[in-house]
Amino acid sequence: MSWAGKILRVNLTAGTVTSEPLNMDWARAYLGSRGLGTKYLVSEIDPKVDPLSAENKIIWATGPLTGTMASTGGRYTVITKGPLTGAIACSNSGGYWGAELKMAGWDMVIFEGKSAKPVYLYVCDDVAELRDADHLWGKSVWQTEDMLKKAHQDPLLRISSIGKAGENGVLYAAVVNDLHRAAGRSGVGAVMGSKNLKAIAVRGTKGVGNIRDPKAFMAAAKTAKKVLADNAVTGQGLPTYGTQVLMNVINEIGALPTRNHRDVQFEGAKDISAEAMATPRKTDGKAQLVTNQACFGCTIACGRISKMDETHFSVQNKPEYWGASGGLEYEAAWALGAANGVNDLEALQYANLICNEEGFDPISFGATIGAVMELYEMGVLTKEQIGTEAPFGSAKALCELADMTAKGIGFGKEIGLGSKRLTAKYGHPDLSMSVKGQEFPAYDGRVVQGIGLAYATSNRGACHLRGYTIASEVLGIPVKTEPTESNGKPELVKAFQDATAAFDSAGVCIFTSFAWTLADVAPQVQAACGEEFTMEHLNHIGERIWNMEREFNNAAGFTKADDSLPKRLLTEAAKTGPGKGVVSKLPEMLPKYYEVRGWDSEGRPTSATKQRLGL
Amino acid sequence: MQKVLHINPDKCTGCQQCEMACSFENYGTYATAKSRIKVFDFHHTGKKVPYTCTQCDEAWCLHACPVEAITVDKATGAKVVNESTCVGCKVCTIACPFGTINYVQETGKVQKCDLCGGDPACADACPTGAITFIDANWTGLDKMRQWADKLGNQPSAA
Repeated sequence: MSWAGKILRVNLTAGTVTSEPLNMDWARAYLGSRGLGTKYLVSEIDPKVDPLSAENKIIWATGPLTGTMASTGGRYTVITKGPLTGAIACSNSGGYWGAELKMAGWDMVIFEGKSAKPVYLYVCDDVAELRDADHLWGKSVWQTEDMLKKAHQDPLLRISSIGKAGENGVLYAAVVNDLHRAAGRSGVGAVMGSKNLKAIAVRGTKGVGNIRDPKAFMAAAKTAKKVLADNAVTGQGLPTYGTQVLMNVINEIGALPTRNHRDVQFEGAKDISAEAMATPRKTDGKAQLVTNQACFGCTIACGRISKMDETHFSVQNKPEYWGASGGLEYEAAWALGAANGVNDLEALQYANLICNEEGFDPISFGATIGAVMELYEMGVLTKEQIGTEAPFGSAKALCELADMTAKGIGFGKEIGLGSKRLTAKYGHPDLSMSVKGQEFPAYDGRVVQGIGLAYATSNRGACHLRGYTIASEVLGIPVKTEPTESNGKPELVKAFQDATAAFDSAGVCIFTSFAWTLADVAPQVQAACGEEFTMEHLNHIGERIWNMEREFNNAAGFTKADDSLPKRLLTEAAKTGPGKGVVSKLPEMLPKYYEVRGWDSEGRPTSATKQRLGL
Repeated sequence: MQKVLHINPDKCTGCQQCEMACSFENYGTYATAKSRIKVFDFHHTGKKVPYTCTQCDEAWCLHACPVEAITVDKATGAKVVNESTCVGCKVCTIACPFGTINYVQETGKVQKCDLCGGDPACADACPTGAITFIDANWTGLDKMRQWADKLGNQPSAA
């Protein structure tokens, strides 16, 4: 076992909350979290549904290892049809909320319909009720957490909620828990807002107790923790520098997309790097980085806790931002910094805080600002339209536009639609650095061929977390492959995608995979759930999940033409660095990728493939 | 030799492995709500601080108990709640100045840290060494070593 065996179904239209048994056949076939939640979603909604309509559903799902002593076993996933892409949306978060839900005795919560007025779900073990959230509507994530803890007189309550961005329909709004951990991408927060659902407040006192073989599980978890501790990346690099350890590394190899992917190296990279975060500032003699922090159960502890420079223009008169709070991760630092040519570390942290406070994805936001700045420099957008001068490198514009997007005012409303819609509106759709409408993360898909293919084929639009081939192509994990080489990448991408789906669905963090393979995950799942979950079986489940997601997207209307990259990556070569002169070889890789996936030439899983995977 | 739990908050990352280990040891489930050690996250400073019973010699809880349900484990020095004797009156929870003995509504008894009989699960589970189980007489040894290093182990200026 180790699944709680129960799910909550909340009908927001009717205002009802009911308990139902978990479908155990599905649990064994799709494991949990991402896989199992997606199985429920695709079985219950029409793939062509409008993501922001009452007919869409949204699911919070934990995995079998969530809430256990498996390292990083605190993850949960929010699954829905995404408004940014129209594809499957599936965003994973850490913090403490996921474990709390599991400890309350629930594997997942399914929301359907739409509430007539703002509500939040309160869960305390077996008690689950919808409550009025009129007083919370219009409040930030931070205020919502504070108000709910006070109202329930329970400081141990864990909250997963939306801020103003989710309420205002920012298409990349996030669901945020524990103040600064987020199911960040694909606009899951906008779907939550569209249903008038403000928050899920959870307190779980029952615990997770139905481990199949507790003694074997403790031994397996301990062995796996040692693997993390002994590994240079998970044992030293990530705790010390966080994911920001990558900034200088990726810049060095010329794979740091800069100024809306015009360039691949950023002259200001060192100013926004992990090293910069740890260096005392000239103004107050203190470093921005205060300490690192773990999510629930995590023995890596890559999270950053930072404090801003109180004299910085963005917070000069705002003491509410002077305390320690969630600091810059690599993706946010890149999107808010290099993607816009901004090298002001304090401005980046300010925008990062606003993203956490009001709940929106710093990657899509930052990348959209990059497109806006390019349009501004081209003269397509003016100071009057934007409300501020917005050349590349403007820290002031970044901070002002973060405020405007958070509040849904002025040009912020347009930025909240994402780069695809914004650039199309102003006649330059090619300048949206996105796939399926979702913006790229922090690795150049030209210079690193595999990640380009991973972006093009990711089921939730451009994403590094669906097949992090950077591990192999840059860091040499588990084996080094040449970044600019396209041969062998379709196989590599498939391998990463399938394994990642299994990691995600087990309920552990994908960052463990710097040290762990499925061979390290399997003994833990086996001890917790059943002997059948061998490494090979987990990989098979991962492939099944990938194909299930693909089938949903195909049914939603996506085709081969959507497995693409922006023209810039296919025709404008990298200008500097080791990958100088290189463009993405996607047209060569894609047919091969379909072939290794067992899909037809249009990117549809063949009946033989579906049969093999039990779909 | 008696040993004590020694906590260094600077090393704590807030992962709660200690809380899960504690609840697993005592209840066989991973339930942070049932843990006898709690990690406090002081968000505005970024500090995470684990806190539990320090096993006072003249324990307020022990003296306050009207039915003598709290006794000293002579081997470990731990003050231990004898569940069969405890009547759940909660007087000990009022007497304890530190809040580290608490009522458990599911059992109708109180619970506190008992050092797991001499092999504390929290210290074993802590991945960063923020919680250690060391010689009760030498909790200052690490700090002394640091100062000794500073004063006497650096290359001479001359």
